[in-house]
Amino acid sequence: MADFWDIYALPTIIIVGYILAIVLPLLVAVAYLTLYERKVMALMQLRKGPNVVGPFGLLQPLADGAKLFFKETVVPSGANKVLFLLAPMMTFILSLIAWAVIPFDDDMVLSNINVGALYLFAISSLGVYGIIVAGWASNSRYPFLGALRSAAQMVSYEVSIGFVIVTVLLCAGTLNLSGIVLSQKGDLGMFSWWFVPLFPMFIIFFISILAETNRHPFDLPEAEAELVAGYQTEYSSMAFALFFLGEYANMILMSAICTILFLGGWLPPADWAIFTWIPGVVWFGIKIAILLFVFIWVRATLPRYRYDQLMRLGWKVFLPFSLLWVVLTAGFLVYFDKIPA
Amino acid sequence: MIIATLAFYLFAALTVASAFMVISAKNPVHAVLFLILAFFNSAALFVLLGAEFLAMILIVVYVGAVAVLFLFVVMMLDINFAELRQGFLQYLPIGGLIGIILLIELILVVSGWVLTPDALQLAAQNAPIIPGATNTEQLGQVIYTQYAYLFQISGMILLVAMIGAIVLTHRQRPGVKKQVIADQVYRRPEDAMAIRKVEPGQGV
Repeated sequence: MADFWDIYALPTIIIVGYILAIVLPLLVAVAYLTLYERKVMALMQLRKGPNVVGPFGLLQPLADGAKLFFKETVVPSGANKVLFLLAPMMTFILSLIAWAVIPFDDDMVLSNINVGALYLFAISSLGVYGIIVAGWASNSRYPFLGALRSAAQMVSYEVSIGFVIVTVLLCAGTLNLSGIVLSQKGDLGMFSWWFVPLFPMFIIFFISILAETNRHPFDLPEAEAELVAGYQTEYSSMAFALFFLGEYANMILMSAICTILFLGGWLPPADWAIFTWIPGVVWFGIKIAILLFVFIWVRATLPRYRYDQLMRLGWKVFLPFSLLWVVLTAGFLVYFDKIPA
Repeated sequence: MIIATLAFYLFAALTVASAFMVISAKNPVHAVLFLILAFFNSAALFVLLGAEFLAMILIVVYVGAVAVLFLFVVMMLDINFAELRQGFLQYLPIGGLIGIILLIELILVVSGWVLTPDALQLAAQNAPIIPGATNTEQLGQVIYTQYAYLFQISGMILLVAMIGAIVLTHRQRPGVKKQVIADQVYRRPEDAMAIRKVEPGQGV
């Protein structure tokens, strides 16, 4: 019995503790990301943004959450009830489980698996199911069109994301996410991170994650002007809130992946004493916040892409270019004998 | 150890159950969703075997790409399963024959492991396990170094199949207006506009 306690029960309790320590701050971050977005957009458009609930509108996300929580969950009579309620849960759960492998600092990771990058890629490729199932289960025209669009869009952009990850893996020589971050440690500080040698891939990756998270200018699954919010049309109350939370958690997750692959994860931008005093988690958070700012900046600036332009960009521009870059990187590494051991 | 065994039986039972639901579900969309569940459980079985790379690839390729396309097609086509079932008895002999052949093949392979354990070692000699290397490195060594030519050949076969599929389905449709980005970019004001001085009362 003592054996059972040591091998199974105690680690389970510790892991549950770790999970809570990751998920609770993440949910708070998601709530305040909505406020961040509204404030930044407001400043860009010369408005004030939410400033009534609490000081500087700081309690606005809580008020929004409470409002959604007390609304009635409406299930359309023609809907497939089980799948209709399962879809938002899928989106939300998928956006949370990916955090299991994200390294926040040196050795500060829930599960340091050898195939971390592949795990993230697998989880992000599942994100499409929440949307496509929601669209189908609603049994309504607009959600169905939105779901079909989004399935095509996410599958298209995943291909180029895959190639971008491959280039980074070629240079890093490992699929382990901590290993990828440590491979960016160099004498040049922030200039030895992968975004410098692989700059075109960094740009392609960033644009692709905009499409993957259905953000502007690629928010065609929602496209309120033509599809009246697409796959979310029939959802209300907490079911809608789960989609919303999942979408924003996905934004943070994708920024975190981008940070790990290209911006040196928890590493400080230079090896100066004043920078190394700041813990790695803070650097990781700052980099994610910067990327999220760009997400919002793009939203406030660019008009929505047309559907055929979106497909053209994914298949005819990004895919050939990233494929070529994979070949070039591999050739460079082999020719100059720089393959990481 | 006992928990690992229990986990194996849980995932194995779920795989078989969901695979059975795939062929018995009335609604085709449910069938595809059960197929995805079956993929997931087999990925979990791979993880239990310590083959984490294969598990992830199974999810990326089958759940992330193949099943999405399945779902896509099944949702768009309004398949009436009752109609499909009508020819069930007619195809039963052929289907049963294929099933029996597959069963015999499985029995042959599995009994081979039991009857001649040496054969397994013979196969293992061709792909020796590198001590201390991760899953990914081991597979890379075998596929991309040891059997590089065979890998290239299989790639070529897939390429031929792909080109064949494109040739079969691609058709040129004349008279369709398409956006030519290059033309739009190279368009100049002089080509598109003409400035005329129009005298009063005369028109253009």
